[in-house]
Amino acid sequence: MNPPLLSLAGVHTHIGAYHILHGVDFDVPAGEVTMLLGRNGAGKTTTLRTIMGLWKASQGSVSFDGQRIDTDETPAIARRGIAYVPENMGIFADLSVAENMLLAARAARTVDQLDTARLDWLFGLFPALKKFWLHPAGKLSGGQKQMLAIARAMVEPQRVLLIDEPSKGLAPAIVLNLIAALRELKRTATTVLLVEQNFQVAKALGDHVAVMDDGRVVHRGRMAELAADEDLQHRLLGLSLAAHQ
Amino acid sequence: MSSAVAPAPQLAAEAIPKRRFDFVPIGLLALLMLAAWPATGSTSTWITLTLAGLAMGMIIFIAASGLTLVFGLMDVLNFGHSLFIALGAYVATSVLGFLSGWTAAPALALNLAAIFLALLAAMTLAGVLGLGFERVIVRPVYGQHLKQILVTLGGAIVGEELIKAVWGPAQIALPPPEALRGSILLGEATVDKMRLVSVAVGLVVLAVLLWTLNRTKIGLLIRAGVQDREMVESLGYRIRRLFVGVFAAGSALAGLGGTLWGMNQQTVVPQIGGQVNVLIFIVIIMGGLGSTLGCLIGALLVGLLTNYVGFLTPKLTMFSSIGLMVAVLLWRPQGLYPVTSR
Repeated sequence: MNPPLLSLAGVHTHIGAYHILHGVDFDVPAGEVTMLLGRNGAGKTTTLRTIMGLWKASQGSVSFDGQRIDTDETPAIARRGIAYVPENMGIFADLSVAENMLLAARAARTVDQLDTARLDWLFGLFPALKKFWLHPAGKLSGGQKQMLAIARAMVEPQRVLLIDEPSKGLAPAIVLNLIAALRELKRTATTVLLVEQNFQVAKALGDHVAVMDDGRVVHRGRMAELAADEDLQHRLLGLSLAAHQ
Repeated sequence: MSSAVAPAPQLAAEAIPKRRFDFVPIGLLALLMLAAWPATGSTSTWITLTLAGLAMGMIIFIAASGLTLVFGLMDVLNFGHSLFIALGAYVATSVLGFLSGWTAAPALALNLAAIFLALLAAMTLAGVLGLGFERVIVRPVYGQHLKQILVTLGGAIVGEELIKAVWGPAQIALPPPEALRGSILLGEATVDKMRLVSVAVGLVVLAVLLWTLNRTKIGLLIRAGVQDREMVESLGYRIRRLFVGVFAAGSALAGLGGTLWGMNQQTVVPQIGGQVNVLIFIVIIMGGLGSTLGCLIGALLVGLLTNYVGFLTPKLTMFSSIGLMVAVLLWRPQGLYPVTSR
């Protein structure tokens, strides 16, 4: 296992009067894909939002590359090289695909200043984006929006990608496309923390896994081990692989 | 599940509509003008009223454009906007009073230079006041709508009293410069010269605003921030800084709008901001909160309708704007050009 690039230690998060995270501990190793699994309401999305500083940790620490970031504001966290794809994808519906991409490239002032080699690579992963480059993002299908959200997060080189349930609500064929694109991304040794409800996606992509329940991490290990152990899956996630096939 | 990946499904480009512009609100504007033509009784009267309405609409748009972006970006309800309008108008009275030698001369260039300096001073001071207002009054109440209404309204009241202390409570004359007094004839229609100046200034502001919003990265950030400010922050941009800039620019535009309003009314009273503010809120709600284009079309609709109704049935003038807003919201509850994702 590579050394951790991102670490959470004893993280508690409150949202108003609600205590959502109760001491979350796990590491995200550099250059690998870590899956964050768990039932609905386990605290997965809150964990990602806490890492991004969108909700502040009330206790504990979030460290990135050895430095604490839990007191930083969201823009400062993003500028460290942490890209976030939220559950709702965060697409700017009134803007074109090109404008969405331009926004993510902080150094570029116009679309012409985008890194063309990187764009070509992204178009290779997500061909629909090239086809609909000047179309309003709000008119894309759910799968295309998800591809735009992920491509946007990668339009500049990032050190970590946080992706929240990319397969949610997508048709099976589109999920397969998404897996292919994320596999290609994985080949580039990008560090990824991926929240996912779809166990097939998790199995296809994950190197490591942290399973959450009731605001805590209840299991950490290698994804392949969890995928091979149906009893453990059933106990941790209330499912078995066979039931999903 | 097989680990093999299925080929990408064919994506139907035709299935995705390209960006289609919604012409219906603009059609409504044209319909209103056409409907008023026979009602006013003569073409010359209609031209006069239409140009007066467009001028009034442009002034309201100038004053309102900043407020709609401030709401769109940060969800801030700023009832203190009236203060910047009033300050702009009063600063203009002082500047034009100081430059009375230029304004009394029958030379158009000198008159326009005086107006330019008055507008510049009004915008600068209103913008600087806006920066202070945001820092002291608005920033402590981010995310708290009720408190925002109370403290910004309180700030406006305090500001109005300070204006009375500096310039006095009585109304002050703000006559147009010598060469811009009176009207010109367009066929048989008489058109007030100051209204033409207002339309010209409004068109320049509109062009600059549209260029900034649609052709610059800052404009792109503003448009994105209006839709989803959290995502803009997650992309690494400090949206609060952007908001402060928009707040100051919006305040400066309110100062500009106040000056033009005062010049068209030819008098300035301490309550001038409150008078315009009512129309501004009607316009930004009707246009779609956060929408610049909606704000423009809403302002032109209010300006035109106020002038037509003022001529045809003066007693209904004030009701006409509110009635228009109610009708528009019944038709499009999110406004003429709703901002997606809000």
